[in-house]
Amino acid sequence: MKTRYITTDVLIIGGGTAGCFAALTLGRHKNLQVLIAEKANIKRSGCLAAGVNAINAYITEGRVPQDYVDYAKKDADGIVREDLLLSLSERLNHVTDVMEKLGLIILKDKNGKYVTRGDRNIKINGENIKPLLAEAVKKQKNVTVLNHINITDYMVENNQIQGAYGFGVNEEIFYSISAKAVICATGGAAGLYRPNNPGFSRHKMWYPPFNTGAGYAMGILAGAEMTTFEMRFIALRCKDTIAPTGTIAQGVAAKQVNSLGRVYEDKYGLTTSQRVYGTVMENRAGRGPCYLRTEHISKEQEQDLYKAYLNMAPSQTLKWLEEGRGPSEQNVEIEGTEPYIVGGHTASGYWVDHKRQTTIIGLYAAGDVAGGAPQKYVTGALAEGEIAAEAVAEFLADSYRKETKEEFSGEQKRKAEAKRQEYENYFANKETVLDTEQLEEAMQKIMDEYAGGISTDYQYNEEKLKLALEKIEALEPLTDKLQAKDTDDLLHIYELKERLVVCKAVIAHLRARKETRWHSFGEHMDYPKKTPEFETYVNSKMIDGKITTFTRELVQGGSVYEHTN
Amino acid sequence: MSIRIDKEKCVGCGLCMEVCPGNLLKRDYDGKAYIKCPKDCWGCTSCIKECPRNAILFYLGADMGGQGSTLTVTEEKGISHWQIQSLNGAVTTIDVNKKDANQY
Repeated sequence: MKTRYITTDVLIIGGGTAGCFAALTLGRHKNLQVLIAEKANIKRSGCLAAGVNAINAYITEGRVPQDYVDYAKKDADGIVREDLLLSLSERLNHVTDVMEKLGLIILKDKNGKYVTRGDRNIKINGENIKPLLAEAVKKQKNVTVLNHINITDYMVENNQIQGAYGFGVNEEIFYSISAKAVICATGGAAGLYRPNNPGFSRHKMWYPPFNTGAGYAMGILAGAEMTTFEMRFIALRCKDTIAPTGTIAQGVAAKQVNSLGRVYEDKYGLTTSQRVYGTVMENRAGRGPCYLRTEHISKEQEQDLYKAYLNMAPSQTLKWLEEGRGPSEQNVEIEGTEPYIVGGHTASGYWVDHKRQTTIIGLYAAGDVAGGAPQKYVTGALAEGEIAAEAVAEFLADSYRKETKEEFSGEQKRKAEAKRQEYENYFANKETVLDTEQLEEAMQKIMDEYAGGISTDYQYNEEKLKLALEKIEALEPLTDKLQAKDTDDLLHIYELKERLVVCKAVIAHLRARKETRWHSFGEHMDYPKKTPEFETYVNSKMIDGKITTFTRELVQGGSVYEHTN
Repeated sequence: MSIRIDKEKCVGCGLCMEVCPGNLLKRDYDGKAYIKCPKDCWGCTSCIKECPRNAILFYLGADMGGQGSTLTVTEEKGISHWQIQSLNGAVTTIDVNKKDANQY
């Protein structure tokens, strides 16, 4: 492996929704050198690859940001950071304006006002939203984009961020990137649990299968505090294609019905988790499959739905056409996905202060990797990218004080060399009977069966979780023996290692919340009811190699959280 | 669900290898693109939009109910022409104006 030492002021890890917007924001601070390290290519990487067809977090006319906070809080049954939700809600419309100026098409009525879908949504053509964002980033003179680099570890010294290490995905290059501040925007974690289509279409999942929890794992390993990993996210999706249901449910007012044709959604409640839970329960009671009732829609609406799905989830349009029957002729079957860990929909992620600084000084988090603020969607992630970027600019204005160190110290070089050697070891390993794919499958099976996956209707208990941890821990040392024939293999080894770390955190959090507050998202069968005692955050830190959990009081009612310890 | 690359049409320009959000497309010994592990495709269609030769075909795996049809897209003057070809050769085209927002 060749070695490349790079020095920058700000390193942004991950050029998805939040990372790109953070870079765009830092483009205004010409005195700062900014580097995006992206695993794929920022043009289509992250959640927005295929596009998106609505802005789902928007303050519509007559509403105020606090309404959005209240909505998210209710949906998560109280376990949110109100300070984080409010600060991002205040920027939802501003970031939408920025995106429109960059060329995003937003549907308007004849008076030039945005057409809304429900209380919080506006309609767009978001097929090209990611290329628009990437194009804008490339125009920033002080921003450099390094595509196809996988970052695996932070450099941390006395709890201060110093940069990060990684390797080239297509070239055998070791990167040691020194930075004064780092924004982590790697997204959440998919692929921890056995997916809906475990065979050939194993990657046809809701969340990007390439978001492997790198940011979480790096933070956990570096001793950063994490929050709410027990609030897993399970999406209710079109069966098989795992395409979005909101477009149908809200767009053509399709209700959730069971096999008897009865509307069941009002029986279980309308929060995100209750909609999934209702579907699980109807199936368990023998009244499955469940559907979105679309048989009443017109042929014209059907054509529009074909186009809408081509702009965000083309599989669904293809499926309808292959079956020769569209949604006007057959109801759309729905199912819950495997659980994901994702701070943009639920609240799992870094424990941050109101400026999105993590518990590691100079390390900020934005988007799905940042915890405490669910229902971010696209605009919330953009808003957090902006908040984190502004905070970093402020942090560096303060601490710019310190001399720019272009030279690497002997100690830094020694640490970098050790990391390079760790990568090299995988190339030197001999081929064994176990490979990365087998271990990934084993991990997903363990999580599915013992930590509340699809096959157990998302249920678990203490005994099962204990076994899950034992089995996951038994897999970890096996990863050290894996052989990498090329950098692509090395990428998959590190993705597996990241996922295993995240699995351990998920299990620890599920064990710690001894109640059931959100059906399906966290279904603890030893404690099937919610209790006032758990109106609190469950947080964690890795201490001496073990994930240790503890609780923290809710941040609410206008108070703003600052790190004090 | 995954993609298939038509080697006759592929010119080895590398645009799909550059854009794939999963780094799944690689250069083969003949200089053309191939998908190293078809099971790893997310189905985002970034590559088929990028390909200047319309050489990449998108399809649903049989485990998702796929029946062998393929999907491609070409773009001209702000219109995306999506084409679905079934196994028996029947072609359906859906045009989407990039300036039109989703109605739903």
